[in-house]
Amino acid sequence: MNNLKEKELKSSEEISDDMKVLDDLTSSEYKWGFVTDIESETAAKGLNEDVIRMISKKKNEPEWMTEWRLKAFRYWLKMEEPTWSNVHYPKIDFQNISYYSAPKPKPKLNSLDEVDPELLKTFEKLGIPLEEQKLLSGVAVDAVFDSVSVATTFKASLNEKGIIFCSVSEAVKEHPELVKKYLGSVVPYTDNFYAALNAAVFSDGSFVFIPKGVRCPMELSTYFRINTQETGQFERTLIVAEEGAYVSYLEGCTAPIRDNNQLHAAVVELVVLDNAEIKYSTVQNWYPGDKEGKGGIYNFVTKRGACRGKHSKISWTQVETGSAITWKYPSCILQGDYSIGEFYSVAVTNNMQQADTGTKMIHLGKHTKSTVVSKGISAGRSNNSYRGLIKIGKNAEGARNYTQCDSMLMGNRSGAHTFPYIEVENDSAKVEHEATTSKIGEDQIFYLNQRGIATEDAVNMIVNGFCKEVFKELPMEFAVEAQKLLAISLEGSVG
Amino acid sequence: MLSIKDLHANVEGKEILKGINLEIKAGEVHAIMGPNGSGKSTLANVLTGNKSYEVTGGGVLFDGKNLLELDTETRARQGMFLAFQYPVEIPGISNATFLKTALNEIRKYKGEAELTPKQFLEKIKEKAKILGLDETLISRYVNVGFSGGEKKRNEIFQMLMLEPKFVLLDETDSGLDIDALRIVSDGVNVYKNGKNAFLVITHYQRLLNYIQPDFVHVLYKGRIIKSGGKELALELEEKGYDWIKTEEVETENA
Repeated sequence: MNNLKEKELKSSEEISDDMKVLDDLTSSEYKWGFVTDIESETAAKGLNEDVIRMISKKKNEPEWMTEWRLKAFRYWLKMEEPTWSNVHYPKIDFQNISYYSAPKPKPKLNSLDEVDPELLKTFEKLGIPLEEQKLLSGVAVDAVFDSVSVATTFKASLNEKGIIFCSVSEAVKEHPELVKKYLGSVVPYTDNFYAALNAAVFSDGSFVFIPKGVRCPMELSTYFRINTQETGQFERTLIVAEEGAYVSYLEGCTAPIRDNNQLHAAVVELVVLDNAEIKYSTVQNWYPGDKEGKGGIYNFVTKRGACRGKHSKISWTQVETGSAITWKYPSCILQGDYSIGEFYSVAVTNNMQQADTGTKMIHLGKHTKSTVVSKGISAGRSNNSYRGLIKIGKNAEGARNYTQCDSMLMGNRSGAHTFPYIEVENDSAKVEHEATTSKIGEDQIFYLNQRGIATEDAVNMIVNGFCKEVFKELPMEFAVEAQKLLAISLEGSVG
Repeated sequence: MLSIKDLHANVEGKEILKGINLEIKAGEVHAIMGPNGSGKSTLANVLTGNKSYEVTGGGVLFDGKNLLELDTETRARQGMFLAFQYPVEIPGISNATFLKTALNEIRKYKGEAELTPKQFLEKIKEKAKILGLDETLISRYVNVGFSGGEKKRNEIFQMLMLEPKFVLLDETDSGLDIDALRIVSDGVNVYKNGKNAFLVITHYQRLLNYIQPDFVHVLYKGRIIKSGGKELALELEEKGYDWIKTEEVETENA
């Protein structure tokens, strides 16, 4: 079984050009469903102050960090689980989740050679270019395996430029002043139920700091994978771009197949100062559950960026094909004058998947600008909702927003919903909203068939065309990956 | 090349084709004329395997093989091409990507190697020149924002690129001005080589001034009621379809 999976994965790695991608439709199964057999250390199920202290101690955290976690936990206890989304699932028993899982600790590692070979094999299966030789591909990877960041590549070359790219745990120890200054400054633990939970139990994640005037010379990437059964993954990412800095950050996610649902409640915070820019791209492919809706990841994530400086910019691009439930709204707080927020999203749901996703663009500064392009594709019996808030504050003179929200339906049993919220407190603002809903056209498929293109390929072509505006925002390798995922997710949904 | 025998077909349960018989040989150009609702477009859709149309009787041989048991893409790969009356828009997919995919599918089916990007580009340039196509059209999304004339020209461009054996032109003249009509017809005439064949479906005679048919058939109420040479088209133009209709009634009464 495992061998088969490995073979499939290999053949898909060999595919490079985008048309071949469309041919690779032989497997509709979740390809990343392998489990890695490594010794891990998992906390007993349940959550209380002792568990939090244990997590903090395991990670050798300083006192202030432990205190921050406990404050968050105490706050969380008083909060109510939110229910306003357009998704449905049985009540989560938060005491039936294990909040910490780490590969068994080894002595401090000096190089990749010392990493557990089983772990490296897993990353290889996932196609993560961990080895330095792959420097040519220009990607530096911070891999989060279950809860602990295992190895960070290219650290040395980044160091030279003063760029910090490491796990959050490491940052807590090595750069406490930066962590204290920025952690929770965009998403405070009081923000929402899952943000509070994350703050209390977060296991690890990536920390990126790009100093003033530095353009990060390579794409930075984190690959998340949930391995151990019944562990929630609560990673926490913090990216700071100082004045004039630039970074493009990639995030990919996969999980093994499990019958029961696993909770993933991450928090991502971005901070950009004057003239700085962060481009954050996600390809999310968590296990979506089987055709009957059994298993799969609950992906309840808070992602938010603060454009604090003038002319600063944050761009979120996401391709969401996985998870049983996706519930998230990568947002931008446009504080600095002339700052720019962008959100490009493709959300695909098939079978019994549910997604309630979109963005919030909060315009506070003058002449701030935001663009939202959302493409929702629903197939099978799935439900796909776009929910977006455009808020123009009273001082946001000359603010502008353009929102385009397109839905595509496949078959007769899927649903598409749009919930746009617009709040304007300044008369000079210009807010545009366009929305379309279409059904994948029989006439389009027939047209392509008549030119010798088989139905499955025709559907992929039409869907890829539909998502074009978003794909073109993704870095090249990621765009290819995204197309591949789309093809697999939608296999067999038409004709 | 194409042999249609007593072909019957339904659309939404209603019989539209009521026994079509037609023989088309390589090198021939046939025209099918007829008033609206006579079944012209149905014939094109049935021949290309549109699933919304149900064949209820008769048969079609394409190069001696049973055409009706093949799916649409296989028919296309074997060399059947329909220039659509209403070409469909595919947003986000460039003409070039679309054509490259189609061409390679067809080549793969025939056991030929895929074209290299260079070969493909050269072919595009060569064919675009024949039609006087603006090369920017190649990088635009398939038919999106094209004028009526551009869409029709794009159909003929695809024909030149894919090099089919048998070409169905479904009302290709509709919505074209005289200049566009001439360009489109030139494309067809350049492509005619004695080995391929054409079935030109049209309501009006004017297209046949540019694409000279060897045979003209009049389709009425799902049957071919009259066949002749190109002079038949002129006669129809002069006398209108009422003439045929009257004749048909007379034949029926006789």
